[in-house]
Amino acid sequence: MLFLAMWTGDIMFANTYELIVFILNYIGIYDPIYKVFESFGLEYLLRIIIVLVEIAALFVFILLTVMFLTWMERKVVAMVQARYGPMVTGPRGLLQPVMDGVKLIGKEDIIPAKADRWVFTLAPFLIFIPALLIFIPLPFGESLIISDLNVGLLYIIAISAISPIAILMAGWASNNKYSLMGAMRAVAQDISYTIPLALSAIAVVLFTGSLSTVDIVTAQSGTWFGFIPKWFIFLQPLGFILFLIASIAEMGRIPFDFQESESELVAGFFTEYSGMKFAMFFLAEYAHLFSVSAIVVTLFLGGWSVPFLNFIPAVLVPLVSLGVFLVKTYAIIFFAMWLRDTVPRMRIDQLLNLGWKIMIPLALLNLLVTALLLTAGVFK
Amino acid sequence: MESDELIINMGPVHPSTHGVLRFKLRMDGESIKECTPVIGYLHRGTEKIGEMKTYLQFIPYTDRLDYISAFPNNYAFVKAVEELAGIEVPIRAEYIRVLTMELNRIVNHLVAIGSLLMDLGAATMIMWGFRERENALQLFEMLCGARMTFNYIKPGGVREDIPEGFMPKLNEFLKDMEKRIVDYEQLINGNEIFHMRMKNIGVINAKDAVNFGWTGPTLRGSGVDYDLRKYEPYSIYPDLDFKVCVRNEGDSFARFIVRIDEMKESLHILRQVVDNMPVSKVISSAEYGIAPMTGTPTAVSTYFPRIFTPPAGEVYSRIEAPKGELGFYVVSDGTTKPYRVKIRSPSFCNLTAIPSLVKGLKIGDLIAAFGTIDVVLGDVDR
Repeated sequence: MLFLAMWTGDIMFANTYELIVFILNYIGIYDPIYKVFESFGLEYLLRIIIVLVEIAALFVFILLTVMFLTWMERKVVAMVQARYGPMVTGPRGLLQPVMDGVKLIGKEDIIPAKADRWVFTLAPFLIFIPALLIFIPLPFGESLIISDLNVGLLYIIAISAISPIAILMAGWASNNKYSLMGAMRAVAQDISYTIPLALSAIAVVLFTGSLSTVDIVTAQSGTWFGFIPKWFIFLQPLGFILFLIASIAEMGRIPFDFQESESELVAGFFTEYSGMKFAMFFLAEYAHLFSVSAIVVTLFLGGWSVPFLNFIPAVLVPLVSLGVFLVKTYAIIFFAMWLRDTVPRMRIDQLLNLGWKIMIPLALLNLLVTALLLTAGVFK
Repeated sequence: MESDELIINMGPVHPSTHGVLRFKLRMDGESIKECTPVIGYLHRGTEKIGEMKTYLQFIPYTDRLDYISAFPNNYAFVKAVEELAGIEVPIRAEYIRVLTMELNRIVNHLVAIGSLLMDLGAATMIMWGFRERENALQLFEMLCGARMTFNYIKPGGVREDIPEGFMPKLNEFLKDMEKRIVDYEQLINGNEIFHMRMKNIGVINAKDAVNFGWTGPTLRGSGVDYDLRKYEPYSIYPDLDFKVCVRNEGDSFARFIVRIDEMKESLHILRQVVDNMPVSKVISSAEYGIAPMTGTPTAVSTYFPRIFTPPAGEVYSRIEAPKGELGFYVVSDGTTKPYRVKIRSPSFCNLTAIPSLVKGLKIGDLIAAFGTIDVVLGDVDR
């Protein structure tokens, strides 16, 4: 019945909240519940509860994703390195992340004697929370978005700029030279790479005229000549490459993992952390890996949209689009993991050279050419 | 603008100092102003132990010098003893010795390259290297029962003959290895970032390299054509066809390429050894011209006596170990124990160049330059 209702009308919801309300309405329990709340004059409470349910679902999704990613990372590395990877706990080692979590919870929470206790304790939270906040304007699928902010892209870039502050706090508060150097590197790196990242994202915004992530995705639906999907990667190949490189630098992964660079700085800025505080950094890192890959997909690879699937019944669209989105995101994640296994780390000054002398000029050039072509009406 | 100095103690417990080495670094931000290696954390007094053990008892201690490649250590000491006592060695034993040493050279270079790449952040190479190393270690295990500390080469020959099934497995290893080296080159040499990290980093010219006492692949990376196997031939090396791998650049990349080339040459040598392996005894018996013996030999007569006394005298004997020139200076006073054992280890001499090599470079370059020198701390501290 629900299927039919959605099938006939061309329903699209602005966000998951509306989707939930629609489903509740359809089942017929929304109105009674609403009346109960209304009788106490607490309509807003219902809204809050539904939002909390959404957030809980998202949180569980992120935690499961992070756990899966740690397992996947080990398996991909093992595949490249001719090993098995985790095999003992659970089928093919799938429960390994659970065991890791149990181990980390059981560990002593050490705060070094000369550390700045408050800042030291605050830093892991400050890095973990932005990693979660980034997920708010991410379109996981049609109607599957927590909130379609009209400044979505700007919000993402702004939120991801918080993490270097947390890294600097962690590095400084640890009172450890390796930590401090790792933190300094992270900040230098982030400043150099946020600029090309933002510039190449702006080139995409020039096409859509909107910062909303949903608008960016819908702008990429459809095809040219019937077979080339209208993804921005084809309009912005240089922008895509720049954005991808800058994203990998943002994620802090090899070849740009200077904040850690374990063979030089032991473990970089979280050298002194242990137990759950260490786990927070770890979670944030993998949540970041997923969110940044998702942003790459949203901006350049068409997000959840996929051509040639117009025949899918409308009710399945949220599910199918979620699947499409995950496949694309995991492809980018796999690329990042693959890269990690095959290339060595660059040197910090080479990284900064690449950022300032090559990537920023190229991003500016890309932006200029795009703007000129758009003004000339080439893409109309 | 003048900034404060940062003094970092890198080590003795640090992921990329390859053991218990400590660098005292005076840093200006990321640049190294001064680097002082501090050694001695693994000092075990091996040379002094040499004075207290009989000649045969000391051989296991040589295993623990450069534990990545123990066969050449065995051989270097045994060669000194043989020269001292004038012991002849059966030809088959010499072939087996060269076989083990060249296999060990491949193992050593695999570990060297792997750990270098791991220090640079690419962990794949060390896993691939260890995959091949495992096969080689299994071969060693077949030979002498041990995987790293062999105690296999003895005065007068080797402890036991090649076991059954060894040769087919060795041939398989050689065939495998020839393919794998191509893989390594594809993984590493074709990588732009690797070139960026290695080229023109840690440059040392031939004159300085010689003055620092460099030997081995590190010296040959600076364009000095010096290989004891060629220029002071020992064992069966005069009969073998191989070339000395030299690069002229003198940077980290050259030292790395020399190691890859040497692995290929070692494979070439191994093929010749396998093809020409003669048949004879593998250890000279007591009547092979050992000077006076104290006590009676405890084992069967084909075994070399456990206790023997070389005539009084002294000898310095050196070989081309995988890491460079390994020399043993042995003084005998005509008793059952050496009067003095002095070890000239390649790792120690090569390490001395580090401070001038990395001055003004970044901390990441220190790791890279140090990795290409290929130091084992057991060999440095002795």
